[in-house]
Order: sequence, then C-alpha cells, then structure tokens
Amino acid sequence: MMNNLNKDKFDNIKTKKSLIIGLSLIFFGFVIYLFFGLGVEGQATFRLSRPTDPFALPNLILPAHSFIGLSALLIAFFGGRIIIKAPKNFTIFMALSFFLAIAAFLVWATAGKSFSLTGMLQATVVRAVPIALAAMAGIMCERVAVINIGIEGMLLAGAFAGALFGSIFGNLIGLILAILVGGGFGFILAALVVTFRVDQIIAGVAINIFVLGITSFLTNHLLKSNPELNDAPIFKSIHIPFLSEIPVLGSVFFKQNIFVYFCIFIVLISTYYLFKTAYGLRARAVGEHPKAAETLGISVIKTRFNHVIMGGMIAGFGGAWFTLGSVGRFDEGMTGGRGFIGLAAMIFGRWHPVGALFAALLFGFADSLQQKLAILRTPIPSEFLAMAPYLVTIIVVAGIVGNAKPPQAIGKAYVKEN
Amino acid sequence: MKLKLNEISKSFGPVKANSDINLTVDCGEILGLLGENGAGKTTLMNILTGLYKPDSGSILIDSQLKEFHNPREANKNGVGMVHQHFMLVPVFSVTENIILGAEPTTIFNKIDLTNAKEKVLKISSEYNLDVDPDQLIEKLPVGIQQRVEIIKILFRDAEILIFDEPTAVLTPQEVIEFFAIIKNLKKAGKAIVFITHKLHEVLEVCDRINVLRSGKIVGEELPKKTNNKKLAELMVGRKVNLKTSRQIVEKGEVLLEVNNLSILSENKEPLLSNLDVKLHKNEILGIAGVQGNGQTEFIEALTGLRKISSGKISYFGKECKNFSPRKIHQLGVRHIPEDRQKQGLIGDFSLTENIILNTYYEKKFSNNIALNWSNAKKEAKRIIEKFDVRTNSEEIIADKLSGGNQQKLLIGREMSRSINLLIASQPTRGVDVGSIEYIHNQIVMARNKGIGVLLNSTELDEIIALSDRIIVFYEGRVIAEFPSNADPNIIGLAMAGVN
Repeated sequence: MMNNLNKDKFDNIKTKKSLIIGLSLIFFGFVIYLFFGLGVEGQATFRLSRPTDPFALPNLILPAHSFIGLSALLIAFFGGRIIIKAPKNFTIFMALSFFLAIAAFLVWATAGKSFSLTGMLQATVVRAVPIALAAMAGIMCERVAVINIGIEGMLLAGAFAGALFGSIFGNLIGLILAILVGGGFGFILAALVVTFRVDQIIAGVAINIFVLGITSFLTNHLLKSNPELNDAPIFKSIHIPFLSEIPVLGSVFFKQNIFVYFCIFIVLISTYYLFKTAYGLRARAVGEHPKAAETLGISVIKTRFNHVIMGGMIAGFGGAWFTLGSVGRFDEGMTGGRGFIGLAAMIFGRWHPVGALFAALLFGFADSLQQKLAILRTPIPSEFLAMAPYLVTIIVVAGIVGNAKPPQAIGKAYVKEN
Repeated sequence: MKLKLNEISKSFGPVKANSDINLTVDCGEILGLLGENGAGKTTLMNILTGLYKPDSGSILIDSQLKEFHNPREANKNGVGMVHQHFMLVPVFSVTENIILGAEPTTIFNKIDLTNAKEKVLKISSEYNLDVDPDQLIEKLPVGIQQRVEIIKILFRDAEILIFDEPTAVLTPQEVIEFFAIIKNLKKAGKAIVFITHKLHEVLEVCDRINVLRSGKIVGEELPKKTNNKKLAELMVGRKVNLKTSRQIVEKGEVLLEVNNLSILSENKEPLLSNLDVKLHKNEILGIAGVQGNGQTEFIEALTGLRKISSGKISYFGKECKNFSPRKIHQLGVRHIPEDRQKQGLIGDFSLTENIILNTYYEKKFSNNIALNWSNAKKEAKRIIEKFDVRTNSEEIIADKLSGGNQQKLLIGREMSRSINLLIASQPTRGVDVGSIEYIHNQIVMARNKGIGVLLNSTELDEIIALSDRIIVFYEGRVIAEFPSNADPNIIGLAMAGVN
C-alpha cells in the first residue's frame, strides 16, 4: 500500500542507517589496528587443554600482529559490505565484528605470553550461572506480567540462607532451605503486588533494601562472632563420564558442579513449560491479556502468585550458587548486582529462557574476561577491567534492547471485578 | 437451550445498574437488547456470564436454577459471550486463543496442537466461519477477530450466545457478514442475545426486542410491529427527533487546505500518505472510515499535536508550519477531541477549571500571576446554561458528569468563543440519544453561521446525516470522495478499501 514517495523515503532512511553503521565498522576496524595492532610483536599462545586431560590438544599459537591486522581488515570489510549492499539485517555482521574485536583484544593481551582459553571458557559458564538463574526467575515473573526488581535481594537472601543453613545442616539441606527462602520472598512480592497492588517497582526495591539490611545485620552480629556458622561445605564438581573427556567442551560443560547442570535443566524445562504446555499458555495469556484469561476461567491472581513464587525459588537457588556453589561463606552484598544483570539478560534474551541463557553467557564472558586478564597483567588498569560486565550490560540495554517487546500487561495490577 | 432471567438486580454503590430484570430467550431465537450507554446492558450480561454476582434474582437454564461464580462455570452451562472489546491475546495464534483455558493435552500437559486445529477447522466449516488457525491475532482484521471470538465460545459448546455491541468496531460490509453469521447460528438452534444501541440493527435481525433504560426493562417490541421512532422514544424516555434538518447553504472560500500531507510513524511506516483535503466556509466535511485508518493522526496533525513528515497545512490561506496547539487555537480553530476523557477534559478538575483549560492565560482570566476565578466562574456558568449542561454546580469535578453532559461542556467551551473552524472528532461517542440530537443541531447551526466543520466519526449514519461532502480514509489515504446524498452501501465499500 506504500506509494512511491514514501517508499523512496523509506529506502532513504534504510541506506542512511546502513551508511552510518558501515562507516562506524570501518572506523572501528581502524581503531582496533591502531590500538592493538601497532607495535605488537611475538605470538599469542592459547592453551586448549590442561595437563591432566586424557586427550591433549596442541596449543593454539597465533602470530599477534598479523592476526590483529587481519581481524581489523575483516571488520572494515564487513563495514564496506554493509554500505554497498545495504542488507536488511546487519546483526550477523555486527556480531561477527564484535567477536573479531574480542579475539583481537585477547590476542593483543596474550602476545608473547600464554593463556588458558579453556580455563576462561569454563569460568564463563560458571559466572553465567547466577546471571542465567536470575534471568529465569525474571522470566517466570514477567511472563505473568509481574516486574521483579527484587531478584537481587532474592539472590542475596538465597546466598545467605545457603551459607548459614549449609554450615549447620550440610550443603544439601542448605540448598533446599535457600530455595525455600527465595520462594518465601517470592510469596511476599506476590502478596504485595498482586493482592495489595503495591507498585511493582517499589515493592521490588523494598525487598532489595530489606534483604541487604537484614543480611548485613546478621553477618555482623551473628556470623562474625560465630565463624562456624559461615563455613558451609561447597558442592564439588561432578565429572560426567565420557562427556567430560571431550577436549575443550568436556572441561567447559561437563566438569562443573550441580548449579551448572541444574541451570541448563531449568532453562530447558522452562522453555518446554512456557511454550509447549497448557499451563504455560495460560501463564503467558495472563501476562499479555489478563482480562481475556479471566473470562476463560483462568485465575489471574493464582497464576501470578504461583509464578512469582516459582521465580523466587529459582532466584533462591541462584543465590545459593554464591555460597554453596562457590566460596562456601557469605559476605555482605556479595551478589554485586548480578540480579540486575540477570534482568538485563532476560530483556536481551527477549523473555525467552534460551535467549536469556545466551545473554547470560555473554555477561559471564565479560565477567571472566576481566578476571583472567588481571592475571595476564595488561597495561589496562584492573579497576577498568572490573567494569567490563557492567559496561556490556549498559551497551546491550541501550543498543539492542530498545526493540524487544515485553508482555503487554507488564507492571499493571489486575483488579478483579465483582 | 432456553434462558430465563428472573428479577435480577445489581447495584454499584448507590447506582442501581440493574433492577428487577426479567428476560427470556429460546433456542433458535435472537433477542435484541436495546439500550443507551449506561443503561445497564453490559452489567446484565456480565452477571449472566459469571463476571459479576447479582445482588438478587436468579438465572434459569432449561428451567434449572443456576448460579455462576466465574466465567468458566457459565461456559460449562453453555453460556458464552463475545465481548465488545475482544478478549483475544494479540501475540497468540488463532488456535491458541480459541483453546486457551480448555486446551486438549497429551502427556506432560503438552498441548495437542494438531487435535486442537482439527477441532477449530471443524467448527469453522460447520458454521461458515472462515479462519486460518495458524495466523497471529494481531495480523487479522477486526471482522476476522470477531469470528475467532465466536469460534472460541462454540469450541466450549455454548448454546446461549451473547453479543455485546458486536457491530461497534465493524465496517458496514463486515456488519452484513456478521448478520449472516448470527442468522446461521440461529438456524443451528442457538439462543442469541444481541446487545446494541443501534436501532436499525435490532429491527433487521432480531426476533424480539427488549428495551433497557436506567437499569430497567421498559418495553418489549416485535420488529414487525414497531419502528425506529418508537424504539428511540422507549430508549430515551421522551420524544426525540432523529433527523437533523439541514438546509442547503452555498459553500464559501477555502478555510483549510492540506497539500500532500504525509506522516511516518516512529518505525518509519507511513500513517498518512499524500493527503489533499480542502474545507470551505459553510461546509461540513465528513471523514468516514473504520477506526485506525489515519483519521486520528490527521486530526492530531491539524491541531498541532503531531509533527508532520512532509506536506503543507494552511489555515485561512496561510501555511502553519510547526504551529503549537495554542497558536492554532488562537486562529479560531476549535477542536473537540475524540476522547473527551483523555484529551478534552481533566476528570479531576472542576467544571470551571475545565472551561478555562485552554484560555486561562488570556487577560480575562489571568493577570499573569494569579487567575481571576470570578471571571472564570462567570464564564463557566454562562456556558453551562447556554449549552444545557445538566449539573447543579460549576464546582463539581468533570468526572461526575454523564458522558453526554461532559461532551456538551466540551462543545460549549470550544464553540462559545469566536470561532472560524471546528474540528469535531467523534462528537457523539458514548453520548445518549437526547444529547446527540442537541450536538448535531449545534454543529449544523455553526455551519449555517459561516463556519467550516471537519467532522470525523466512525458512525457512518452520523457522517451521512450531517455532512455536505464525505471523504473516506483507508490505510492513511483518502480513497474516495462522495456528495452528501451518496449511497451508504457504496461509502461502506470504500471504508473496507474497495474503490
């Protein structure tokens, strides 16, 4: 139905956009060469296997200068291609450019040294876990149109409960109680926003502040004087037979603790639940058009309660990762904003569990990158590197998320008529 | 199945929405429930479908006493309702919407989509309701969405079907198709309740007509033995003049000229494309069209509420580039917005405050520091009296007025001052028949006095009754222009995009 004038205008805007993106990519390639390529010498050695691996892969050795030069050239080439062809979808080129830029950066940082790639990928997965779990908790709530800003607090509560109860009763019971504590906070949130129709953001912030306060108080007045209450046994990694012996992949995915395995399980099961089952369909309907759901006999209130509690339980489980899955002890504010990053991952993943998992892996990668680069002693200050995960969050939220469409009823309380 | 309502009453606070309502519908019968907005039609049907609980009275289905606590119980007893605002999830497919809440499942609660689709297709062929089960709702036109709603209740084995203002959102052509559908359903032995405020519709399809006024049934009529006038009087409770007299007036010079106007949406899709419109002195130009075809954006552009992408808007021979709404107002262009509650009035403000809402800065009402309330009140009193706003004080808040009185207040505010051009959007939406008569007369009087009127309405009857010239909007373009005596059917076709 578009007439010619508008079509011209439309095309015009499109070419303008691809021109801007193409030019930026060319500039970007240039900058990469300028900063990382110039003056770099030697080879970057990436270790793919550990000495203990049964099937050792040879090290990946890359000549630093030529690799960075080639990457920069490729990025510039993608830019040129976008300008000339003006393709409809440049996401793939942008993603490739991003990947190349990261690779060039790594090669630059490793030039003349050696670096365990497998180790970093393994750390990526480990660090993605709490973010992915926070995102799953967010998806459970937001799919039924309840915004859960309180995930950060629920993670922290789970971490605390895991440490305290894990120290007393052992890690398994500690984990179960952490999940229940998370579920409890889910119940509180649901009661506030569903029953009493408190503003969802305010209720979530209240939970965050409350949990931060109470855990800090208990840490100072209970755990500090009784160090035996803050010394939980952690879950050891479980090697899956055969699979764990695959080079690279084995170490990255199959020599992890139960948090990693359960996280993947939760992603798969929630995908099936939301998109294949009748209950999932009803949950999504409640999030999109609660009144329509109600006229078909679906209880909006009950559905929201159930899912927010479920979300809280997942967050509690994710929180236990910080203590039972990692260091075995609780420190004040140890979740460090992972709940909020998880929400960003949820949005980046477009409210889909699998999408959110990949987004979480991206954030996990940024997180582990900063940690591992500190070891390589690059000229970049470590404080700057520590910003990486948050920086990626901002870029992702600002750049990509704008287009994502949340469930339609999100943030709105449902008033049942009678 | 046979439905009988016995002495149903329901109050919301002090307001009696329904009092002692008795009503029966037999299978194979279409009962028309006629009433104005706020007469209590929707409340009654919400009681019947289990959304509301009646204060007293009983529901009988096949002489058995029933009580519904929620819509699902009503469904189970064979009662299904097609709501005025469709209860469909836009991002779900047709099938998903139909089965929602009654999904056929296999192991692990997995939805059995193939089975569901088969059932949907079976119903759709049985009742001649053609739909594509895989299509997303948001991609479908309203007429098809309504079919999905109908299939949805048939999927739940409904025998008593309730339609709440089913034609409000349809084009005239879709209305004809819809009438064929409900006649079909009647033949299949369904009991049908057809709720509407449009007189000719009940006369056309119903077997019996019950008229509802202020929550009470005030009369039962048979279509063959009644007429428009009689029904309107029952509905309003007094004599009404349905025809606005409109003598021919020679049109004058051009007041408003729109050249090649285009507007793009935020995602660069065209909302309006290359519009050319002229409005003359002594002329009522009617904009017909199904809602959402660019009329709203057009009026927003004319009143300075929306930026235009290209083209020219000229008032009284001068181009108004990027004029603010106030500047346009100062030219003597008055605007009655389509949604009086969102744009025209502030519900929590008093009538006086609403009256000076767009003129508070003038010398008469303000000395630049404080407002002159005594002048404002005088003005409010004057308008309330002149435009017949029924209220006992100018100090009550606007929300307390009925829809018709709110609209009269708004029209009074816009038309009581020096005026050169009137842009009226949906001036009678949600207004009682009595006020419609009054508002129509005001518009025609304004035109007779030498004012140009741009009238935007989705009610084709209103457009035809008032306009000297009619243009039809379709997908952001003017696709047809008609003289005032054009055949409504042909205009209707144009509204559906057929030219």
